[in-house]
Amino acid sequence: MIPYQPCLNIVFAMSLSTQDVEKVARLARLAMSPSEIETSRNQLNGIFGLIAEMQAVNTDGVEPMSHSQDLAQRLREDKVTESNQREAFQAVAPQVEQGLFLVPKVIE
Amino acid sequence: MTWEIVIGLEVHAQLSTNSKIFCGASTAFGAEPNTQADAVSLALPGVLPVLNKGAVERAIKFGLATGSHIAPRSVFARKNYFYPDLPKGYQISQFELPVVGQGALTIQVAPLSGNAKPYEKTVRITRAHLEEDAGKSLHGDFHGMTGIDLNRAGTPLLEIVSEPDMNSAAEAVAYAKALHTLVRWIGICDGNMQEGSFRCDVNVSVRKPGEPLGTRREIKNLNSFKFMQQAIDYEVQWQVDTIENGGKVQQATILFNPDTGETRAMRSKEDAHDYRYFPDPDLLPLEISPEWIEQMRATLPELPQTKQARYVNELGLSVYDASILTASREMADFFEAVLAAVPNDAKMCANWIMGELNAQLNRDGLDMAQCPISTQQLGSMLMRIVDGTISNSGAKEVFRTMWADGGEVDAIIEAKGLKQVSDAGAIEKIVDEIMAANADKVAEYRSGKDKLFGFFVGQAMKASKGQANPAQLNDILKAKLAG
Amino acid sequence: MFESSLKQLGDALRAKNISSVELTQSYLDRMAKLNPELNAFITINPEMSLAQAKAADARLAAGTADALTGIPIAQKDIFCAKDWLTTCGSKMLHNFVSPYDAHIISQFNNAGAINLGKTNMDEFAMGSSNETSHYGPVKNPWDTARVPGGSSGGTAAAVAARLCAAATGTDTGGSIRQPAALCGISGLKPTYGVCSRYGMIAFASSLDQAGPMGRSAEDLALMMNVMAGFDERDSTSLQRDKEDYARDLNKPLTGLRIGLPKEFFAEGMGADVAKAIEAAIAEYKKLGATIVDISLPNSKLSVPVYYVLAPAEASSNLSRFDGVRYGYRAPEYGDLADMYEKSRAQGFGAEVQRRIMIGTYVLSHGYYDAYYIKAQRIRRLIAQDFVEAYKQCDVIMGPTSPSTAFKLGEKGDDPVQMYLSDIYTIAVNLAGLPGMSIPCGFGDNDMPVGLQIIGNYFDEARMLNVAHQYQLATDWHSRAPKGL
Repeated sequence: MIPYQPCLNIVFAMSLSTQDVEKVARLARLAMSPSEIETSRNQLNGIFGLIAEMQAVNTDGVEPMSHSQDLAQRLREDKVTESNQREAFQAVAPQVEQGLFLVPKVIE
Repeated sequence: MTWEIVIGLEVHAQLSTNSKIFCGASTAFGAEPNTQADAVSLALPGVLPVLNKGAVERAIKFGLATGSHIAPRSVFARKNYFYPDLPKGYQISQFELPVVGQGALTIQVAPLSGNAKPYEKTVRITRAHLEEDAGKSLHGDFHGMTGIDLNRAGTPLLEIVSEPDMNSAAEAVAYAKALHTLVRWIGICDGNMQEGSFRCDVNVSVRKPGEPLGTRREIKNLNSFKFMQQAIDYEVQWQVDTIENGGKVQQATILFNPDTGETRAMRSKEDAHDYRYFPDPDLLPLEISPEWIEQMRATLPELPQTKQARYVNELGLSVYDASILTASREMADFFEAVLAAVPNDAKMCANWIMGELNAQLNRDGLDMAQCPISTQQLGSMLMRIVDGTISNSGAKEVFRTMWADGGEVDAIIEAKGLKQVSDAGAIEKIVDEIMAANADKVAEYRSGKDKLFGFFVGQAMKASKGQANPAQLNDILKAKLAG
Repeated sequence: MFESSLKQLGDALRAKNISSVELTQSYLDRMAKLNPELNAFITINPEMSLAQAKAADARLAAGTADALTGIPIAQKDIFCAKDWLTTCGSKMLHNFVSPYDAHIISQFNNAGAINLGKTNMDEFAMGSSNETSHYGPVKNPWDTARVPGGSSGGTAAAVAARLCAAATGTDTGGSIRQPAALCGISGLKPTYGVCSRYGMIAFASSLDQAGPMGRSAEDLALMMNVMAGFDERDSTSLQRDKEDYARDLNKPLTGLRIGLPKEFFAEGMGADVAKAIEAAIAEYKKLGATIVDISLPNSKLSVPVYYVLAPAEASSNLSRFDGVRYGYRAPEYGDLADMYEKSRAQGFGAEVQRRIMIGTYVLSHGYYDAYYIKAQRIRRLIAQDFVEAYKQCDVIMGPTSPSTAFKLGEKGDDPVQMYLSDIYTIAVNLAGLPGMSIPCGFGDNDMPVGLQIIGNYFDEARMLNVAHQYQLATDWHSRAPKGL
């Protein structure tokens, strides 16, 4: 996997097309009817109008902030601490058989 | 052929930690389905990852062993996609800032066909990053459904990405084998390919020399070197045929079918490869101090390439012998332990290990760790050759006996009467008797029929029941026959 | 009894004036009477609560009781609690009986507190009115035609209606402070990393923080003593010495420097809210504080920044809800993709789907730098504003919410209007700072107004002191909704 080069400086306050919304819904695995896509498109465009305010700010040289504290990650020792709890965990599963979670056929 | 092949590899080495990369569930192979899938492996609502120090240590060792840059600060990112074996709906991986940066691995390439000579090549390593493995999809008889086992989900992987520096299946296989040797050598991966501990994705493209890189197709999840070679050969031919017939190669992820020897495009994961990477907010940056790197360096064994060079320069072995003896850590350790018993006879040690011992291991389908003869046994046996107690052929018998039944070298020599007669007086007596009994042959020899020398050796050996020291016998015979 | 502080309840329990079983039963009776109207709880399980109360009584009898032993505490339904239905306000988890305890739940269990029930909330904590809950809206006890705020609206209503002694909330963009303000109670969102997030169902991981909601700052301090603390299962949990959050409650406020950000007092704030806030500031001056005018120039961008970052993290956090291992699976589906798409479309409500869509879009190829990275850069500017501000003041004050509680359905059609109701609270989450809201009077229609107090990192004890001194001097916090 070679990292992609993100596109820089996109045009903002853009308006999402029906195809854009359909693509996002598919990526997010959300079934949407054509009318839901339209409603979603209108609302998203409203929200992106709000978000577009960000673009007026000059952020040159500002480091992106992922975490509120500037700390390093704490590590755990390599020890096995968990034991088998399959029965308890699978009690809430939609469909299991022979200890496996069942899903519609996966085609590779 | 006017086509140039361009190959890059992405190798997933499963790191040999006891527990998973982000939780305390066991990584042991072969458990009942989902019995090693704890709350974190299952991605229950609310659970969080905590990074395993052992996984980071192994990544550092790999970086050191390949002379790679080890990032003082690296970042874990989420790779988002939906798949039933991926419980969180994202894989925690590293994207923009991997733990291991650029390095290199020098490999010995033995061309797979033809009479071309072995040669050395350096393959550049682009990066190596830590990530978690996914679970397994089982296509058994579940009313047409697929069963999901998440025992493997969260097992630590080091994904090692090479530059597209390889130009043949032979080079790709040699690189993969060298990596395979290295990760086991430094003890970060058990290398068990059947169990999926070492998996290769191969990016293949073809181009006319001097032209820009062609479109690549990625052969996923190869878990044998043989399949890798077959898959690359097939894929290269397919791409060349496709282009020569006026077609275009489309970027694709493909699978190799070992039964048919063919590759085919995968049907799943087709929809827009938009993984929406972003830094995992659950995990702060990973920091690795210079002190930690030095601590890890101190735990590294002498690396195969360093050993090879030392065997050639200090022990006088050939490059070929040195490369065979460093094919695995077990092999090299065995060699060095035997050599300790007979320090001045590296070549003899090497010959016995690469010859008789290796042949027996292959015949019995054993690996070095399962070798029934200990280094101490082999060492004492070689000592007995050096000190003249047994001949080479006597040694072979000792070896076979130890292989089959065990036992102490000296006891076997004693029991089998393999001790050489090195008493000059005794040998002279035998030679005298033989010469007396074959006066005619002695005369013929002396009149110039040199070839009869072998006849006298044979007779003397027979008379000594094979126990005469051959070198000594030769000397005495020569002297006596000369008159 | 329902007006007693946590300290008074603890004293009464330890003095054996009342047993935990009796106390718990009284609350359960009150809930049975009032909850049907308020809908503050999603799950009530008297059997389990009373079993805990019995155990607490044994501990009280043995003399090994802690401050909160035997006291009924309600838990926001975002915290996984073993053997309790844990829905997070969503149909997606309508049947999820948690097999494990969140760290916060363990902390309360270890303290011997009683889990009185799981409070209603906006679905996956996404909302500012509690109207997005799959289990129906919560009503504001001060006026049941109005919203309690959100997302910890069930908790806020339960505390305001005296259905529990105190309760937990979580705050990603104001979800503790805004409902506290709208329901006339006190609520504290601690510094990010002070309370473990383990077992708290994630909305936006870099912003989420659990905190206490109660009727007074003193109660919040006792709750914090249980909730705060290092947890090795959360990589963002901070390793700090244990502290007593009640230690500074009684310090005088003489010399306290209160920063008033001019941006918080600009247009947008309702006149009734402004009046109450000004009166509170005047009270603080009487208590010995001095006022400093400060500026948080980038705070106006906190809403757009938040509505990029929080949905981005949420879109990823909510990917685990796929109908494979737990939770809702659509009854009918074709192939695997269909199973995913239908389960998620049916299991998530409209607001959650909207935020997943926003987040998926801003993270997708080609938009990542323009939205996500840009928002993270501005996040740093917003955080730096606070660093500058704290060079001049000790705490920052302002309104918690631009208005008092609005009517149910009033902002239903317009997500942007709803998002703007968090305008004063969001910057605090982006910076990771502690923030709280305390009652400071009433606005139009006699609805409560909340005063927001923002502290510097790890300054919770000082904030509680600042709030407590005000609550000694005023009685807004002890006012109860009429007719309950």
